Formats: sequence, C-alpha cells, structure tokens
Amino acid sequence: MSLPALLTGVPLAAAILVFCLRGNGSRNIIVKIAAAVTMALSVATGVTYFGHPVFIKSTGTMLSTVIMAVDVIAALAILYYTLVKFKKIWIAALELIQLGLILWFEQGVGHSIRLSADLAIDNLAVIMVLIAGIIGSLIAVFSLGYMEEFQKEHPEVEDRRPFFFFVIFLFLSAMFGLVISNNLLIMYTCWEVTSFCSFLLIGYTQTEEAIHNSFKALWMNLLGGVAFALAIVWMGIEYETVELSMLINLGRSAQPVELAVALLVFCGFTKAAMMPFSGWLLGAMVAPTPTSALLHSSTMVKAGVFLIIKLCPVLGGNHAGLMTMFIGGATFLFASCAAISQSDGKKVLAYSTISNLGLIVCCAGIGSYEAAWTAIMIVVFHAVAKSLMFLSVGTAEQQLGSRNIETFDGMFCSMPGLSLCMIIGICGMFLAPFGMLISKWAAMKAFVDAGHPLLLLVLVFGSSTTLFYWTKWLGKITAYIPSGKNREEGIHGVQWLALRSLSALTIITCILFPLVSQCAVIPYLEAAYQTSADVIDRNNLLIMSMMVILLVVLPLRFGKGRKKKLVVTNLAGENSGDNLSYRGVAGQTVPVSLRNWYMESWFGEAKMKLCGFILCGSCLLIEFAIICGGAFHV
Amino acid sequence: MSEIVFNIISGIAYLVLAPVVGGLLAGVDRKISARMQRRVGPPLLQPFYDFFKLWGKQPIAVNEAQSFYVFGFLLFVIISGLFFFTQGDILLVVFTLTMASVCFIVAAYSSNSPFSQVGAERELVQTMAYEPMLLLVALGFYLNCGSFSIETILNAPHMNFIYMPGIFVGLCYILLIKFRKSPFDLSMSHEAHQELIQGVVTEISGRTLALIELAHWYENVFLLGFVYLFFAWSATWSPVLGLAMCALTYFNDILIDNCCSRVKWEHMLASTWLVTLVAGFVNIMFLMYMR
Repeated sequence: MSLPALLTGVPLAAAILVFCLRGNGSRNIIVKIAAAVTMALSVATGVTYFGHPVFIKSTGTMLSTVIMAVDVIAALAILYYTLVKFKKIWIAALELIQLGLILWFEQGVGHSIRLSADLAIDNLAVIMVLIAGIIGSLIAVFSLGYMEEFQKEHPEVEDRRPFFFFVIFLFLSAMFGLVISNNLLIMYTCWEVTSFCSFLLIGYTQTEEAIHNSFKALWMNLLGGVAFALAIVWMGIEYETVELSMLINLGRSAQPVELAVALLVFCGFTKAAMMPFSGWLLGAMVAPTPTSALLHSSTMVKAGVFLIIKLCPVLGGNHAGLMTMFIGGATFLFASCAAISQSDGKKVLAYSTISNLGLIVCCAGIGSYEAAWTAIMIVVFHAVAKSLMFLSVGTAEQQLGSRNIETFDGMFCSMPGLSLCMIIGICGMFLAPFGMLISKWAAMKAFVDAGHPLLLLVLVFGSSTTLFYWTKWLGKITAYIPSGKNREEGIHGVQWLALRSLSALTIITCILFPLVSQCAVIPYLEAAYQTSADVIDRNNLLIMSMMVILLVVLPLRFGKGRKKKLVVTNLAGENSGDNLSYRGVAGQTVPVSLRNWYMESWFGEAKMKLCGFILCGSCLLIEFAIICGGAFHV
Repeated sequence: MSEIVFNIISGIAYLVLAPVVGGLLAGVDRKISARMQRRVGPPLLQPFYDFFKLWGKQPIAVNEAQSFYVFGFLLFVIISGLFFFTQGDILLVVFTLTMASVCFIVAAYSSNSPFSQVGAERELVQTMAYEPMLLLVALGFYLNCGSFSIETILNAPHMNFIYMPGIFVGLCYILLIKFRKSPFDLSMSHEAHQELIQGVVTEISGRTLALIELAHWYENVFLLGFVYLFFAWSATWSPVLGLAMCALTYFNDILIDNCCSRVKWEHMLASTWLVTLVAGFVNIMFLMYMR
C-alpha cells in the first residue's frame, strides 16, 4: 500500500509546496527534486510490480471518504469557474449532472456493494506509471527553463508560474491514481481531476482564445465524465459492482454488459480526442508548449486510450467493439490527411497525435491478442517520440519566434543540436526500423486476422499519408543552408537536459523494444487473454533493432573519407556564390526561398474534418442506438 | 541446415549478380527503346561504361551531408533486397524499401536547390501514391498463403496469380512509377527529351550519382522479384514461367514508356489510388471472404 500512496502523494505534496513557496529559486529546487523523486518512485514501482500484478484492497472507509471529498472539491472548483467566474451555465449543468449521479449512487446503492480490490497494479498500469513518471517529470524540468523564457517573451501574460507547476504536479498525481485504480469510483475521481487540470493548463495565458479553448476542452471532457458516471451507476444497479476487473470478467463470461463498456469507451473517446471530439486537443495548442507536450504524450490523452486498452478483452465482435474500431480507424485516416495541409508545427503534431491515437483506439477495438499488443506498443513509442517532438518544436519556437515549419529552414546548420533531436523524434514517429513501424506491421496482421478489409484500407492509406507529412518536415530541417551564427544560445541547461534525455530514451526504446515486448507487454496479455504467442517473429524483431543500431552508428563513422570539392547549387540564374541568392533575368539579385507543398485542395483541413466528423458522429449515434435498444429490450 | 546455406548463397549471389543483371536490364531497356524509336541505340553494355565513367570523376558536392543520405539509400535498398532473396519477410522488405525512399528524398531536400526540391517533392508524392498498393501486395500474399514469409509464398500449392489477378494489375501499375517510366517519371527521368535538369538528382554528380544508378539496378531486380512471386508455386517448371513473366512485364513497361507522355501529379496520384482501390482492394476483399 505504501508505494502507491507515495506515488500519488509525492507529486501532490510537491504541487502544494510549489504553490506555497513562490520564489523562483525555491521553485527551481523543489521542481527538480520532486521530478527526480517522482521518477525514482515510478521506476521503483516498475521494479516492484513488473511481472507481479497485485490487487490491493483498502481497509476501512478512509479511502472512500477521501475520494468523495475530492469529488466534491473538484466539482466545486469547476462550478466556481463555470458559474461564478465565466457564466457558462450549460457546462456547469454537465458537472452538476455527474456530481448528482455519483452522490446519489454513493448514498444509495454504493453502500451495499462489496469490493474485492480498489487498486490493480498490473504490467499495463506499470507501463503507464513509467511513461507518466519519467516523461512527465522530464517535461516538468523542461518547463522550468521554458516558462522563464516564456514570461520574458510575453510580458503581457501575468506570471502565474507557481500555479502552473502546481497544476502540473497535481496532474501527475491524478494520472498515477488513474492508472493504478481498479475501483471505478476512484478512477472517476482522478479522471475528473485530470480534466479539470487540463482546463486550467490550457487557459494559462488568460487570453480570449485560451479561455475559449479551455472551456471547449472542459465541456468535451465533462461529457465523457457524464458517460463515466452513467456507466458506474448502471453497473452498480445491474450487477452490483464498480470494479473494472469485474466488468471485464462479466463481459468475458458473455454477460450483456455492452452498455457499460460502450459508455466507458465513449468516455475514453472524449479524453483521447477521437473525432468528433478532436477539437479540444487542437485548441490546446494555445497553451505554453510543455502543456501540449504533457497533454499529448504522457498523460491526458493516454488516460483515454489506457481505459480503452483495459477494456480490450471485452471489445471485438460486439457493437461496442465495432464502434471503437471504426471511429478509431476513421480518425486515424482523416487526421493524418489533415496533417498534410498544415504548416504550423504544433498543429501538425496535434493532428499526428490524433491520428496515432486513432490507430491505438482502432487496434484496441479489434480486441484480439495481437491488436492489444500493437495498441500498447504504440502507446509506448508514441509517448516517447511525441514528447521529444513537442519539446523540440517549443524550443525552436522560442529561438526563432515562430513555430511555422517553413521557418525551420536551415535549422540543420544554425541549430545543429536541436535539429538532431527533432530528426530523432521524427524518425521515431514514423520511420522504419523505428518503433512505430513495428506497430503498423502488427496492426496489419491483426486487421487481416480480424477480417475487416475496410480497416486494412484505412491503414494502408493512412500510413502513406503519414509518411508524406513527416518526410516533408524532415526534408525541411535537413536542408543545408550555410549560416554564420549559431542560434542555439539562450536554450536553458534544463531544456537541454530534457531534450537529450528524451532523445536517448527514444533511441533506447527503439533498440530495446523486443525486450519491452517480451518482459512487459506479453506477460500482461498472457494474463488478460490466457494465451501466449509472438505477434511478430522474434528474429524479425531482432533484425529491426539491429537496423536501428546501424542507423545510429553509421553517421558517427561517415565522412572521414576523401575530400570533396564543394560547389554552389544550381539556381534559376547565376548563383551569387553563397547559395542564398542569384542574379535574376533583369540583373537584380533575387534571394532564394523555398516553400513546401501543402496540397490544400486535396487534403484541406476543413474538408477532412467534415468527413471525419460526419463519419465518426454517425457511427457513434448508430452504435449507441443499437446498444441501448439491445440493452433495454432483451 | 541446408536451407540456411542456400539462403546465404542466394544472398551473396544477389549482392554480386544483381548489379550485373540490373545494368544489363538498363542496357536492354535503352536498346529496345531506341529500336522502338527507329534508332540504333547504344551498345548493350553502355550503362556499365557510364557507371565507370561517373565513378572516376572528380568528387564534387554541394554539401557534406548529401552523400551520406545517398549512401543510406543504397544501403537500405541492398538490405531490402537481401531480405527478399534470403526468403525473409515480405513486409520487412516493403518497409525497408520505404526507408530507402525516404533517404533518397532527404538527399534531394538537403541540397536546398529549387530544382532538386521540386524533384524531392514529386518523388514524395510518388511514394505516397504507390505505398498503399505495395502494402496491399504484401497483404494479398499473406491472405493467400497464410504467411508473410517469402519461403512459404514460393512453395504455395497453386499459382498465386490465379487468386490475385487484381493485385497483380495494381503492382504492374505502380511498377511504372518505381521504374521511373512515363507517364509517371515525374521526379526524374532517364530521357533527355523529358527534362534538362534531372529532378531529384540535379545536385548529385560523380561517384555519388554512380551510387544512385547502382541502387536503382539493385532495386529494379528485386522489384521484378515481386512479379516473379505471382507466378511461382511448388511446380518444378514454375521458375521458367516466372522469369518469362518478369521479362514480359519489363518489356511492357518499356512499351508504355515510349507511348506516353508525362502526366500531372494530380493524375498520377488519383489514378494510382483508384487502381489501388478498384483492382487491389476488391481483390483483397475477395481473398478475405474466401478464407
């Protein structure tokens, strides 16, 4: 009991400390120590519980009282923002509905329910703890440097850094609670806290746009919260249980629990920003970059897919499963198409996150052993590479004053260190032999074996559009434009620390992924599915990780050979000698500027969103109609 | 044990013989094209003469990084072919080939020259166009033979072509792109009448350019290997049929090359994806419901 308590307690204590001791100096120390301790604790959790899944039952009523208290406090805070401060009555109504449901349930049915376990720490939970603990802490450390610069660059934004770090650590604490809980009431509470924290983080700058987007995030996530509350109440009344593990057992013994599963999956959709709820994640870009990194990679959206992956064994052939896989698939395809037409670096990253989450959700919806393996592997790879990408783009934005990919021209020469991080991140995101590709491979196998040709189509087209937008970006930053000055000055040491650690982590995960699969994912799946198999032949996994090693070693040894004569490039006129300008037809000097290709008419954002929203929205409605019909008329 | 030895031998044979066969294919291509245009054409061994001429040139580059990417391109093409000829996993072959294309594209981008970048972008669109079909080919074999392993595919009980004609049509269509033939030679062409500045390879010269030629020879050989897979099964005389079909496919591509002019990228992308959907995907659905 002590380790899980510490895991949630330490970040909470850090949050309060950071909030109370408001000086810059003390904050720098507290955040670093807290990050280190959190990281150490998550690793300790990993060491203790890897391969030894445990179910923990709390004694006495302490825990449930605390949970209730947190529920009420979070609700009051949300009500304060929605009713008193900003007058958003209908968002408050969403909150009141779920609070009412939960309180009513606790007072009535909830009392008679016997619990067998409050917490369940299995391998999946440990993986999530490691992701949140290591990556989340690194992002917190990165924020120290980033936020200092941010406040300097934006003097109009009120300096609320104590509040910012308070929310970040609160977020981590809630995230830990979420992934280790088995009692849905505990999970619901943590779920609410993460929703609320993301609302606060998105609205950090308090500009009109930020406030608007933060409320967008809030109402979408509260809608998910209502579904969560409904699922709890329905399960409590029908089956007298509020445990996730019991729900899965019931589902596997062919009990009609489809409605509860579908409600929970819906709730996962809102958090994982599936279309039509993708808007809040795109809107979250207005916040300072560490916020986006945290929401996109290790915490918020991963909580959504975590819940859906947990439900994997009961998805598949039923309507809840069909809904999950088709919405995931459509989101994957349309989000990856929409990313092509974007030039804003953060927006490309946001669409790529949505599309990857779509693939994860789609795999989870298929529900087979292989599909679940794929989903978990993508979660791991995506968390590492995406956090690296966000932090790199954020740093580049601070140095260049813009996050438009077109301004990253010549980064290779002017910011060699940062561009290397970015290249590693991009390669980690999509390229063979890096991790993402393994996942695609397994996903293909899983889709074929599940017999869904449409999903196969989505996968092959989605992966080629993914290739397009990433390679385009890669080309932009590898373009060799000689520049006299190094523009990397001003990047703080803590930022480098986070960037380098994450780069190393990306490479290490890609090299060691056979080990991750063997030691972490397969044991979890064996327990969940009671079968054992290699999804991808072990030899092929080894070949892939050898290729990563090759790719890392190769550049180190290259270029020691013959000296080459360097010449200027071929421009549309006489090159002035530095590749930066040429003499045009009328004799005037024309500077060279190259722009990338966005294919607006083919992959325009509005078009893709419209298609995706209509498809996903109608799928959601139809499947829920079928499930409700089936649940109430049998 | 003998299987491993056999695989090693065929791997080495690929490394040594593929450039020879690829170079000869290029020579035959030029000869036949010339005859179709009522010219005599260069000698059969001309590609090799060109190669050695390029190899001996003074090394010139626009930057230090480019040759690294080109080297990566060659390396991954070779690795990809090795997986193919040691009867590895067909998906691994496709993925490694994608890796090679990305290296090639980045090599062009890295020069930051306008012509080169236009070539790179076109090459990228081409990759986006053919990638789905190439994956469907691999998936078709998986559905039909129950495995991604080339060894299993070669020992199929029936000719694969019978069950996957649509996929074969799709493959032939994208081979036009991969062989850089008209109407899809958007990113670079071997024909002087198509362009004066050669797209992707504008800024590449001398030995580095020779490496690209070499990589293309390797690539062409194992792309024809994909055609071979359609006509190989456990019967003893199937290799003859397979090789004949490879030759026919190659000749067909030369013929189309000489009959067509270059199309716009929109037409290429739309038509390739349409063929992928109509020929490839319908065939995949058919295979899926047959299972």
